[in-house]
Amino acid sequence: MSVLWLLTILLALAVAAFVAARGRALASAGGDASQLHSLPNYYGWNAALFVMVPAFLTLVVWLIAQPLIVGQRVQADIDPGAVAAGSSMSLFMSDVRRVADGLDTAVEAGVMSAADAAAQSDVEGLRATLGDVGVALGSDVSAETLRAAQAYRQMSRTGNVLQSGLVILLALAGMAYAVMRTSADFRARNVVERVILWLLIGAASIAILTTIGIVLSLVFNTVTFFGMYPASEFFFGTEWAPSFTGRGGASELGVVPLIWGTLYISIVALIVAVPIGLLAAIYLAEYASPAVRSFAKPCLEVLAGIPTIVYGLFALLTIGPFLVDVFGRDGALGLGWMSGGTAVMTAGLVMGIMLIPFVSSLSDDIINAVPQALRDGSYGLGATQSETIKQVILPAALPGIVGAILLAASRAIGETMIVVLGAGAAARLSLNPFEAMTTVTAKIVSQLTGDSDFASPEALVAFALGMTLFVITLGLNVLALYIVRKYREQYE
Amino acid sequence: MTDTAASPASRPRHALTAADARTRKRNAAEIRFKYLGLGAILIGLAFLVILVVSIIRAGTPAFTRTVVEVDYVLTQAQFEEAESAVLKTGIYTRFFSEFVAQQAQDQGIEAEITAASLERIMGKVGSDIRSYYRENPDDIGTPVTFQLTAASRVDGYINGSITRDGFVSSRFLETEDLDVIDALQAAGIITSGIDTTFFFGADSGVDNPGGAGIGVSVVGSFFMMLVVLVLSLPISVAASIYLEEFAPKNRWTDLIEVNISNLAAVPSIVFGILGLAVFIQFMHLPQSAPLVGGLVLTLMTLPTIIIATRASLKAVPPSIRDAALGVGASKMQTVFHHVLPLAAPGILTGTIIGLAQALGETAPLLLIGMVGFVARDYPGTFAGGFTEANSAMPAQIYTWASRADPGFYEKAWGGIIILLIFLLSMNILAIILRRRFERRW
Repeated sequence: MSVLWLLTILLALAVAAFVAARGRALASAGGDASQLHSLPNYYGWNAALFVMVPAFLTLVVWLIAQPLIVGQRVQADIDPGAVAAGSSMSLFMSDVRRVADGLDTAVEAGVMSAADAAAQSDVEGLRATLGDVGVALGSDVSAETLRAAQAYRQMSRTGNVLQSGLVILLALAGMAYAVMRTSADFRARNVVERVILWLLIGAASIAILTTIGIVLSLVFNTVTFFGMYPASEFFFGTEWAPSFTGRGGASELGVVPLIWGTLYISIVALIVAVPIGLLAAIYLAEYASPAVRSFAKPCLEVLAGIPTIVYGLFALLTIGPFLVDVFGRDGALGLGWMSGGTAVMTAGLVMGIMLIPFVSSLSDDIINAVPQALRDGSYGLGATQSETIKQVILPAALPGIVGAILLAASRAIGETMIVVLGAGAAARLSLNPFEAMTTVTAKIVSQLTGDSDFASPEALVAFALGMTLFVITLGLNVLALYIVRKYREQYE
Repeated sequence: MTDTAASPASRPRHALTAADARTRKRNAAEIRFKYLGLGAILIGLAFLVILVVSIIRAGTPAFTRTVVEVDYVLTQAQFEEAESAVLKTGIYTRFFSEFVAQQAQDQGIEAEITAASLERIMGKVGSDIRSYYRENPDDIGTPVTFQLTAASRVDGYINGSITRDGFVSSRFLETEDLDVIDALQAAGIITSGIDTTFFFGADSGVDNPGGAGIGVSVVGSFFMMLVVLVLSLPISVAASIYLEEFAPKNRWTDLIEVNISNLAAVPSIVFGILGLAVFIQFMHLPQSAPLVGGLVLTLMTLPTIIIATRASLKAVPPSIRDAALGVGASKMQTVFHHVLPLAAPGILTGTIIGLAQALGETAPLLLIGMVGFVARDYPGTFAGGFTEANSAMPAQIYTWASRADPGFYEKAWGGIIILLIFLLSMNILAIILRRRFERRW
């Protein structure tokens, strides 16, 4: 039974429970709703929640757990000798899953009966049959894989039957319990409100679960990676040259050139964004008339709402060629500094444009938070407006502005699309801003897209890179938020 | 003190109406500083204008395509001659080019139209014609209107991105072909029109930029947004209600608050890693499926919507709550019957803005396999829309941008225009809703 059907049945049972419990409550009060402890609908909701909540939670847990358990049991049955040399258990298991899916597709398409799929032992014939329904099997599918896939399907099917049975049983039990409990004196509203409160707490805790998920997925894979590749070489290696799996040769996976590229591009971006953003914020906060402000502020913020893929394409196809025209070999200045469109400058410049509204709106808020009394005092001493800004407001707002710049820096370090498209792919330690360099984020993308084996150090290094990125940006954010909060308290 | 007051002659005298050097300097600095600020704003706005102009200039050609339209007649004799030859399609091409040349000549236009240049202009025309007549042998001898898509470089010449000055002949298009194109255009054989394939079509192979369309990935994005909406709206409203109305001041609440503000600042690529590790490696959900994309984007969007929802819950004045509690409502009834409806417009606006953000997000989609996959078909069923492999608009744009054929760049820009139109309309909708329903207390 598919999950969609199961959910429909749950919903129907919940409606039935609602009607039944509401009717029972009213009947127990002799049809007079004022004799009830709660409003009649609460009795109905109580029953409906008892049907839905336990059954639904069980369903979710089951859906997550079943593939894991089935996978493990199938794996336990596989003879380790059947796994070809140079392959790994996880690759073998993914083959098993693919064959099992293929058998499902074939049964669904009607080219194979269910019994046939379970008893099939001819791998060659199967490859032809599955090819007809558009499932391609690799050449390394052996009889062992097929046998494991059939066991996998068998267990999954048993699991599905058990799951449907258990969920419906739970729903019925919940319905029976709630309806039986319904009487005029039952405090339905209190129970319903308690359940809802727990649901609210659960929803709020998803933020924590997400963080835990991020940390666990990074930590586990990073630990596996450091089991294959020495941590000291990762952190201090100055060479980034991953070999492609299966072609032999050791990979050099030093993070230093990537960090350098990341920092260099971020610095260029901040050199563009901070002066423009800060001056724009000062003008908007101190000089601009309300009409100018109400026009210019949203216009600048449009820059923040544009998706990063647009900036990436802008860097690759507009700014890159433009910079080559100016600084390239045959460029307007005849300098010959730049040989290709992708460079630190390209990515940094475009990222700077993206960060302008980020810096300006944060600084705008911070400048506006400086008390008017400080300004008035300065004017009273005869200072001009610009002198007040430079000598009173900016020093007062400095901690907040530093916080804003740190937040912008963390944005720049974590930015992906602009550097993937605009910065190039070559990892190198160089000072020339017109050369292509690459960043941590760009390498995460390039190591994890494509058909690489997830168990190889070349793929797992992406998780170590992700961990590095996560730690750096988290540190910057925490520091920035701390500074901003400290600063706000100062004037409240 | 009296000394100084008594000897005013020791201090320079100034007229109040004429500024002295120092005042002039200070005033000049004042003006300089003011214009510096104005300049910064103008630079920011100039970047915006440059961005918009370059998007529109580079993207609009993607919406049109150049069509070669010919009312062609193939005689039975020609059909037999071509079918008996060894290089069948070559013969068809020759017949076709002779026919086109004749047609141009009939209209008084002289140009040397060779089979080779026609092939460069519209691809392997012979095989198209042959396969048509083999399927419809009854049409031999009667006029048939052929609409053949011209090559992407011809497109470029027609819409002006390729000009005669600085044109370099290549095996794709030679200089004399430009004369042919001019002649055919004058004869009304080459026309340009709206490219419906781009709006409703699927992605094409790596060698055919002309046939690439964004329609399928729009559908992929739609299903992703459906997942995001269905999951993130209830979850974030529930979380905000708890944090704003019920949460006691304790460590657990603090932990949740810190987590939400940190999640809002986690780089989007890290969410992609999370999606890859948890949803694909651990739970074995299908790769490239809009369902997985939607789940990842939900986690990313939650902080945005939670922050907006909390702000609008906070904006509902306490007197509303007090009044409801005063007439005997429970805390839960107060929130769900009174506070939530009043906060609904703000929540809706925040949700739309969160969805718009999610719609343009690319980086996490790269890691869960939404690129490199060629989205060729619309999903078969509604449920299949969630689980069948598909692309999404930003991922499709990235795929096009990273292909070798520059013909795809135009498509990528065109895709960006479509994406921005979606984002713009969502944001405008949010602004209208805010204007229409916002209540100031």
